[in-house]
Amino acid sequence: MTSHVAVDQRGAEVVLTEFGWHYPGREQPSLNSVSAHIRPGERVLLLGPSGAGKSTLLHAMAGVEQDPDGESRSGELTVNGVDPRDARGAVGFMHQDPETQVILARVGDDVAFGLENLAVPREQIWARVGAALAEVGLDLPLDHSTTELSGGQKQRLALAGTMAMRPQLLLLDEPTASVGEQGAAELRDAVERAVAQSGTTMIVVEHRVGLWESVVDRVIVLNDDGRVAFDGPTREVLGDARELLQRQGTWVPNWTPRTMAPPARDEQATPLLEARGLAVSRTQPGSRTVARRRRRERKAWAKGTPTQADIYRNENVIPAAADIDLSVRAGQALAITGENGAGKSTLALTLAGLLLPCAGTVHATKALAGDAPADPSLWEGTELITRIGSVFQHPEHQFLCSTVRAELEYGPHQAARRGAGPGVDEERIESLLARLGLGGIADANPFTLSGGQKRRLSVATVLASAPDVLILDEPTFGQDAQTWRELVDMLVEELERGTAVVAVTHDRELITALNAVELRLGA
Amino acid sequence: MSVTTIADTARFSPVGRSNAVIKLLGALLITAVLVVSADPVTSGIALLGQLLLLSAAGQKPLRLLLTLWPITVAALISGWGTAMLSPEGGTVLLNLGWITVTTGSLAAGAAIALRGLAIALPGITVLLTTDPTDLADGLAQTLRLPERFVLASLAALRLVEVMVKEWSVLASARRARGAGNDRGPVGMAKEFGGQAFTLLVQSLRRATRLAMTMEARGFGAGKRTWARVPRYGRVDLYTGGAAVLIAVSALSVSVLLGTHRFIWQ
Repeated sequence: MTSHVAVDQRGAEVVLTEFGWHYPGREQPSLNSVSAHIRPGERVLLLGPSGAGKSTLLHAMAGVEQDPDGESRSGELTVNGVDPRDARGAVGFMHQDPETQVILARVGDDVAFGLENLAVPREQIWARVGAALAEVGLDLPLDHSTTELSGGQKQRLALAGTMAMRPQLLLLDEPTASVGEQGAAELRDAVERAVAQSGTTMIVVEHRVGLWESVVDRVIVLNDDGRVAFDGPTREVLGDARELLQRQGTWVPNWTPRTMAPPARDEQATPLLEARGLAVSRTQPGSRTVARRRRRERKAWAKGTPTQADIYRNENVIPAAADIDLSVRAGQALAITGENGAGKSTLALTLAGLLLPCAGTVHATKALAGDAPADPSLWEGTELITRIGSVFQHPEHQFLCSTVRAELEYGPHQAARRGAGPGVDEERIESLLARLGLGGIADANPFTLSGGQKRRLSVATVLASAPDVLILDEPTFGQDAQTWRELVDMLVEELERGTAVVAVTHDRELITALNAVELRLGA
Repeated sequence: MSVTTIADTARFSPVGRSNAVIKLLGALLITAVLVVSADPVTSGIALLGQLLLLSAAGQKPLRLLLTLWPITVAALISGWGTAMLSPEGGTVLLNLGWITVTTGSLAAGAAIALRGLAIALPGITVLLTTDPTDLADGLAQTLRLPERFVLASLAALRLVEVMVKEWSVLASARRARGAGNDRGPVGMAKEFGGQAFTLLVQSLRRATRLAMTMEARGFGAGKRTWARVPRYGRVDLYTGGAAVLIAVSALSVSVLLGTHRFIWQ
């Protein structure tokens, strides 16, 4: 019960004694005799390779981890001397998904939710809500809709909702992983302010060390096998553990993993895809209208009669981005950059023939289109995948099969069925599996893979159909340095092969590593 | 005019400002009377009363019926169907061999159409003019429904919007993989099933994470307080009174005219 917790103490004390966690059915324990004494008010950065049990540790400290058979846990973990499951309210916890950190429809109600649950009297609630919103720098009316907030704002709202409860221990599980660079810095500053004011003990899991280096005073590094490898003051550990961290794929400051050299820029390279006076929007005609248009235009194209594609355009739509001219060239990389909401992803989808332009044209040259029409939005699915491969931001949206191997074979198999390709090239599949380090898990279900494995698989599924143009939406977003290096190498190899690469990205290092031409939207 | 813009203006109308619980109870009362009554007079008066109430509250009832056209059309079609097939007597108006339309069957058809509209309208009015958060507050605090259930439903409702957006993203993500080529009912059903499955997986995960967020914010720990108080004022008296008036007058006028018929009669 919360009454055991000393209320006058501002930061909680966390004691781990030989603490371990071994999920049933797993060969290796996630955490292995972890011992640490975290003093009140300390700010700790918890590092380690993906899958090393960092999240498990945070969940256990928050008292939200499920122990399926009651035997996963070993050793001891106390917050202020009691089991965390009995210290609810004393522990605040945030995870990485902005969409599910928002609970209610209005900003004020959302922050008040935790206070209501702690049975704070109504007279005090609204004053605390206002103070918490001010603390995280969210200057919005209380009845503002939470749906309209950006990802970064949603995370700051969640922080306000957590801090309003005046926790003695604040646990952050990759809080900036789904947030853009500016949003991440704003969130970090808000955390720093909130923690400084309240004296709360803080533990953060992140793989962007540079972002948190100045905020934390202690760093704990976990090993592959879930043991503590380093534990000490920030500067000392970041110095001593630098090599280990690099091997683990942690982004340490002033370091970019070494990748293969990209091809030289060549403005004379064969153009594959061209946009002229293009304006793009997410507001689209209904799916039936689009399908009907596709059929009608295909017929007109087969007869050689001129296209009437324009008649479906909606003049009233406000485009997300307009007046775009660009060329996508074979063996060359193009980076689409710009602020959040500048229309980058919308442009990528339009180039890929998945959305209709609201003005201007997307035109595939003869070199790309071959015997298909020049307008990519008219292509059948199988014509599309052998010409333009699109990798979406969330890998899971594109998974269609129940094993990794079937996923890779899907595209070529579809194309062959409709006579648009040579069939499944086992050699290419095997080499893709090997190159991506997915060979050992070829029979695993794609949904059960780790974040980095899912990302690599989603790129590989598209490469399996050998498209001439590869369009990727934020491919390196939230990835650790290891996955980053593998992705870049894979893309450089594709460039060498003559594939054109288009990437929507915020990642400056990626642009440099691919030697990409930059197109900045909204500038 | 879309349903959302209607909802926006509707929420600031007097009906919109009334307490959610009053509206819900009023709508239940009117619907209950209509569900047990089968005659056109009761439904007609109830429908008229509701339209009058809506226009008094600053709504344009005809426009509402046009915006909610699927319901209007459904009511008209069921009325038409009844008129065609109903065996009731009266003057024969149209005889096409196996279909006979008489004044009697026409009246039966009109009754069905009126009844359908009159039953649908109260619920729609409540949905369009009520903020879900206010309704949840009323349900939990005034009607004392289990707060855990009410709040969990409210939080889940927010995710519906996310799911709608995700559905269209999924459609293009799958087209980009070359899925959905098969025409014909089997291929389309298969593709729909696959897309729905992915959406389901995503939704389950999202629900798990949302549950974790709510738990971390102390949800379900014990007794809770409420930041918002459901308010009752003069406008609720009017709205509630109007609903009672509609229900009572529809019933009593029909009984006095001798036209009233219970559904089981």
